Amino acid sequence: MVDAVLFEFLHTEMVAELWAHDSDPDPGPGGQKTSLLVLEGMGFRVGQALGERLPREMLAFREELDVLKFLCKDLWGAVFQKQMDSLRTNHQGTYVLQDSSFPLLVRMGSGLQYLEEAPKFLAFTCGLLRGTLSTLGIKSLVTASVAALPACKFQVVIQRP
Amino acid sequence: MKQPVVGGPEESAGWARAGPPEENYPLYIRSVPTENELKFHYMVHMSLDVVDEKISAMGKALVDQRELYLGLLYPTEDYKVYGYVTNSKVKFVMVVDSSNTALRDNEIRSMFRKLHNSYTDVMCNPFYNPGDRIQSRYWGTIAEPSEGSGIWTGAFWENILLLMPNFVFDIELEWAFDSMVTSMMIQVC
Repeated sequence: MVDAVLFEFLHTEMVAELWAHDSDPDPGPGGQKTSLLVLEGMGFRVGQALGERLPREMLAFREELDVLKFLCKDLWGAVFQKQMDSLRTNHQGTYVLQDSSFPLLVRMGSGLQYLEEAPKFLAFTCGLLRGTLSTLGIKSLVTASVAALPACKFQVVIQRP
Repeated sequence: MKQPVVGGPEESAGWARAGPPEENYPLYIRSVPTENELKFHYMVHMSLDVVDEKISAMGKALVDQRELYLGLLYPTEDYKVYGYVTNSKVKFVMVVDSSNTALRDNEIRSMFRKLHNSYTDVMCNPFYNPGDRIQSRYWGTIAEPSEGSGIWTGAFWENILLLMPNFVFDIELEWAFDSMVTSMMIQVC
């Protein structure tokens, strides 16, 4: 298996590249939003592929909670070499996944420094979660929030038609 | 509906794939000898109903067996139909000639496993958009029913990226960046 640090470097460079184009005279919310969407889209496609590859040897998922547990254990284990720290739900389709030391943020600092920069580093992972859920048949909306580096929370809201 | 790949009368082997349950459209169809193709298509169409039935039965009963392999769906007078469903609700259906009694259950299972593995590889191909018909040549060689005992012949890997070097350089930088990064992500993960 390849070293995890390669992914971290690549991810950092991706964010940097997308934000480098943002230095035009109109750095309004419009341009930033596109970059976030691009990152999320990339994460989505990767999530779709991982959602096909990772559960291959596993038995069929019985219910939604099983899928979320799979995300916290197997997906996080495969991508970040650790498991999610906590999973909470209100049993009505909203799940909050908490990671107290998110690998992509851990190198940036700890505490409140760089809090405004943190969201761009979470966009790809939000897409990753959304993509994996979509391959497993669940439509969802994933958002992330950071209170203090490197802890972050991902909120998954299942969209029921 | 996914069209099945159907083999010829000597050795009918075929399979089909269906997408997400709401849509159930075919991703890949293949017939070896093309006589009676319509009959096989119809058979697989019907067997998708049996597959759906089995899936919902699995969900309701508290069965410990939550296998992906669904087994013999139903035997008709000439043919046997086998099914397999993945965790992402993609269904594979195979139609086999009944006279071919040499095919044992574990051979069918291993055929489905190979198909599942190569379907996973197709999904991971950054040039493939999920939901499109499968056009990869690598997939075609894996999914080819052989003339003999029905055991798939293996095929060596054809790196899709290497096949189209010109294509990669022609497109705009953003799109190339996007897909190359995606494929690298997949490799690294």
